[in-house]
Amino acid sequence: MAKYMLIMRGTDESNAALLAGFEELAASTYKYIEDLVKAGVFVAAEGLDDARQGVVVDFSGETPVVTDGPYGETKELFGGYFLLDVASKQEAVEWAKRIPTVTGAKIEVRRVAGDDETPLETAGSGLESNGQI
Amino acid sequence: MGTADVEAVWRIESARIVAALTRFTGDFGLAEDAAQEAVAEALVSWPLAAPANPAGWLMATARRRAIDAIRRRTALQDRYALLAADAAVDEEPDPDRIDDDILALMFISCHPVLSPEARVALTLRVVGGLSSEEIARAFLVPVPTVQARITRGKKTIAAAGVPFELPPAAERRERLGGVLSVIYVIFSEGSTATSGDRLLRPEVAYEAIRLARTLAALQPAEPEVHGLLALCELTAARFPARTAADGSPVLLEDQDRRRWDFSAIRRGLAALAKASTRGLGPYGLQAAIAATHASALSVEATDWDRIVVLYEALGRVAPSPVVELNRAVAVAMASGPAQALAIVDELIASDRLPGSHLVPTVRGELLARLGRRPEARAELELAARLCANQRERSVLLRKAATLG
Repeated sequence: MAKYMLIMRGTDESNAALLAGFEELAASTYKYIEDLVKAGVFVAAEGLDDARQGVVVDFSGETPVVTDGPYGETKELFGGYFLLDVASKQEAVEWAKRIPTVTGAKIEVRRVAGDDETPLETAGSGLESNGQI
Repeated sequence: MGTADVEAVWRIESARIVAALTRFTGDFGLAEDAAQEAVAEALVSWPLAAPANPAGWLMATARRRAIDAIRRRTALQDRYALLAADAAVDEEPDPDRIDDDILALMFISCHPVLSPEARVALTLRVVGGLSSEEIARAFLVPVPTVQARITRGKKTIAAAGVPFELPPAAERRERLGGVLSVIYVIFSEGSTATSGDRLLRPEVAYEAIRLARTLAALQPAEPEVHGLLALCELTAARFPARTAADGSPVLLEDQDRRRWDFSAIRRGLAALAKASTRGLGPYGLQAAIAATHASALSVEATDWDRIVVLYEALGRVAPSPVVELNRAVAVAMASGPAQALAIVDELIASDRLPGSHLVPTVRGELLARLGRRPEARAELELAARLCANQRERSVLLRKAATLG
């Protein structure tokens, strides 16, 4: 068992389609969340505001530089997430397939790392086998 | 699609499918068999050609297998009735109906005519969607044992003529208590494993939390359901800090509280708030004790007076010598070891926890704090002799040795 984040990614076109059919989509999303709650897997879900309203704090230089607007040239912008507590990665994927959304949207499924592991370990950096951790 | 994908769909769908089929056939055992046949077929056919709608495929296949089974045992004239019923089940299930059916499924799986082991196995299998192999792994028993428990359980339900329905109002509260205790047994197996070499098995505790969440969603007006959920979430929140890197237990006072799962604590506190609407029951009180620990930055900063009061309340609604012993520990923290020793000595005088290593463990600890070292040492050595767990025993002997 583990937590997974289902990250919603949309293009300009899919975001426009999403806004056009918003009421219907909102109703199916509430139903979807209800299903998640009844299945005992729901942890959290939130949607983000328009990426153009956001800012990016860039640490490339010596001091952080703040710019308005969406992050980089990314075509598929992060629009919101569901956080689920499921039995397996496959179950997370199965729930992702059921997310009410629009054509062109994408869902990225990512595991939440446990408290006793670092991304380095899970990436298999080899530090562990070298006895450094 | 591989085995794990089939299992994932099954996890999500099992309760709905078995519930709908039991409603349709009126036969819990037959419904469960038909559902298992459908899974077995999926394991063979999905890797070759994945269905467009896996959930619908499972439901349709399970229903066909159920109809096959009924045909085998039904006289010809009854088949017409069956065909009519067949058409009815094709309709989109009414969401309220399916919720009640899943609830009825929990009640039948935890029915008092079943042995405690069968209740656990059936609940995990039909409501949780676990395979016999997964249940066997969770309880560290052989797979055939689990299969036998499930088979026998289904026969018992049939023989006793247990109807598939929500318990009548007069029995409802008591039967709900039965469901809660099955979930708690599963949780306890994960939070303090009774066998095996690991102290914690979070994957087993997870199954209980998942069941408790489902029950809380289906019975939102029942405070004790939220109480149990709160207790499970708040207890599981401490898991990351409860064992050292080598798997040895870390006592509450030595735990690195920064490692507690704060998102689980938040969920636990939210569930506890819902449990508190009409006064706390036994699970809610235990959750409130766990919440008091969870909200404290250290052992010293813990509101021990509140914990004493909560243990007193728990002792009234659910009297038990273990609760008394825990109350003694809290009293020691709140008011000092002398008063706590009086509670422990009273427990010993009434011989309510004979043969338990916990009594001399606590007594030894209290005597040590009172500076009565030779007596403390004798108690801890006695505790070590009574203790079955190797890891705990070595801790006790080490402590006894320091008392010279």
